[in-house]
Amino acid sequence: MTAQQTRRTPEPGSWLGIPAFPKAAPGELANETQRKNLRHATTTIRAKRIVRASEVPHWEELRTAGAQIKERVGRHLEEYLLQAEEAMTKAGVTVHWARNGADANRIVADIARAKGVKEVVKIKSMVTQEIDLNEALEAEGIAAWETDLAELIVQLGHDLPSHILVPAIHRNRDEVQEIFTREMGLYGTPAPEGISNNPEELAAAARVHLREKFLRADMAVSGGNFIVAETGTLVIVESEGNGRMCLTLPDTLVSVVGIEKLVPTLEDLEVFLKLLPRSSTGERMNPYTSMWTGVTEGDGPQDLHVILLDNGRSDVLADPEGRAALRCIRCSACLNICPVYERVGGHAYGNPYPGPIGAILGPQLRGLDDERDRALPFASSLCGACNEVCPVRIPFTDILVHLRRKVVDYKTAKHPTAEQTIMKGAAWVMADGKHLATVQAGERLGARVFHGKWIGPMGPIPIAKNWLKGRDVEPLPTQNFRQWWKKNREGAK
Amino acid sequence: MSAREEVLARIRQATTDVMDKNPVTDVPVDWTYGQPLATPDVVADFVEKVEDYKAMVVRVASDGVADAILDALRQLGAASAVLPDGLPEEWVKALAQSDIELFSDQPALDRAHLNVIDAVVTTAAVGMADSGTIALDHGEGQGRRALSLLPDRHICVVRTDQVVSDVPEGIARLAPALRARRPVTWLSGGSATSDIELSRVEGVHGPRHLWVILVD
Repeated sequence: MTAQQTRRTPEPGSWLGIPAFPKAAPGELANETQRKNLRHATTTIRAKRIVRASEVPHWEELRTAGAQIKERVGRHLEEYLLQAEEAMTKAGVTVHWARNGADANRIVADIARAKGVKEVVKIKSMVTQEIDLNEALEAEGIAAWETDLAELIVQLGHDLPSHILVPAIHRNRDEVQEIFTREMGLYGTPAPEGISNNPEELAAAARVHLREKFLRADMAVSGGNFIVAETGTLVIVESEGNGRMCLTLPDTLVSVVGIEKLVPTLEDLEVFLKLLPRSSTGERMNPYTSMWTGVTEGDGPQDLHVILLDNGRSDVLADPEGRAALRCIRCSACLNICPVYERVGGHAYGNPYPGPIGAILGPQLRGLDDERDRALPFASSLCGACNEVCPVRIPFTDILVHLRRKVVDYKTAKHPTAEQTIMKGAAWVMADGKHLATVQAGERLGARVFHGKWIGPMGPIPIAKNWLKGRDVEPLPTQNFRQWWKKNREGAK
Repeated sequence: MSAREEVLARIRQATTDVMDKNPVTDVPVDWTYGQPLATPDVVADFVEKVEDYKAMVVRVASDGVADAILDALRQLGAASAVLPDGLPEEWVKALAQSDIELFSDQPALDRAHLNVIDAVVTTAAVGMADSGTIALDHGEGQGRRALSLLPDRHICVVRTDQVVSDVPEGIARLAPALRARRPVTWLSGGSATSDIELSRVEGVHGPRHLWVILVD
């Protein structure tokens, strides 16, 4: 038997084959169906967001409060983490710490193994995408079932997520109909015979397909939108109720949460629970929000685990100019407004965090050793629309420019570029009048060669060849200003 | 070094630029917490916003609740209902006289059983008008979380004195329950998704019908 046949869940697409953004983008742009799907979806959601944001008096003050609270958390992260750990432990939660994805994946697998669990149900979670938990569990013989509708479409479609809120945003109803018809039966209750492309019918098929899994699941894995440091309360916002199923029905619940997800007090939730749904789905409130503080006897999971994950976040925190990226509450407003994202889609960014937030967060989380991460800060026109919609006022364009500088420093640390060599030469010329005079003497020599002619397209001279493709250069001067002055003014006196 | 020590050491190292060790003075938050909205008619706003989620809202006097529950169950085509502990005696009595098959959660029903019960009837803890949100703190009359999740129809009785203008007041009212480590669930309309082409579909995994009885 091949490895493929022994798999329990659909084999997903792979980020590994996707080249750096500039190479990946043209291919994505050529996909007309995807562009149409994205244009429709982002236009719809942008219109909803602006209506819901403008309904709120003091929206701008609310954004400022959101930014300040998260800034406070970042700058005092150790204190808040210790407070949260203590509160959760007192409430009966087992708190784990993970340096990286491998740590976190191992902890989840160990818990599953200790429980004798062969499958887990999952709530949509960016952090488990980030650490590729599903594949780590699959390698241990544990099936991880996505239960969010869009994640289900991605999982059954052997696909990759392309948006942080609606991972299947690149798919239209016809594609979903085709995926459900083909795949559902292979992994559980099949889609009804003759199912149409009507979203209501497709959602109903997902309900039936997943209900079977919810009713038998012994363990669930979630992320977390917020942890209240003061009380150890976990908060998850969702729409479909799959989250509530996972948080309520199985006996064991493991929540993998990034260390930056804290808020100091319960009262701080009033800020984020107003900001998040309006910025995210463009609703006044998401249909369901679950808050739980440790184990409640006779209600919900009796074995609760929280894994606090670093995975590069402390590196982001260490850069005072870049750390504002950690304020992110994963609303996706920056993706929906981004002209680059709208056209290229999420896959070209090469990792689960696409769009402006991916361009500033990814290279900071993972470092600049991979060419694909070095390309991301340039995957933007710096138009700044993301700055304006961000509910926690992340200064995207400032961070993008900051990261571009870091990328250039990285690239040129060993090998200076041609541009840098030219600039270095220019600096030498400009530093001293004598240097300039020497160069100008050379220029006059050139002027004699070109004989007062415009300089146009040229043969195979590096750089000059490319530069002159689209430009003509005025004839080189036969004398410089000093010579002219001497002749016409000083000499005339 | 344990993962815990290592992560904490990295964080400490990353924040050496922070001189003021008091979070409150280091980063002041310019926000007044717990403020109500200046909504002229809070209850009317609540009704409008809940209806906007395509949930049903009926308003009744306090002596009309039992009839309103029965009417809701009939209109939703429910033949069976689970009643959480702590539901007012008179509602339970009135329901017992009907043809609806009733279940109590004492002893706790297993999930397979709950899944085939048509409806659940609960009270609520807080209503938030601005967002049309109902909060359950799963106290008396609200049942454990699975009760208001698996049955396909949720009939939720909210008193008008439980309705506040906005989320900040709602959080303030819920804070004691949260501090007592009670689970809290917010419902804003019924289950919904916008995952296919961003077009909203009502009813995925949670109850597909939310029927709110608002008691004056």
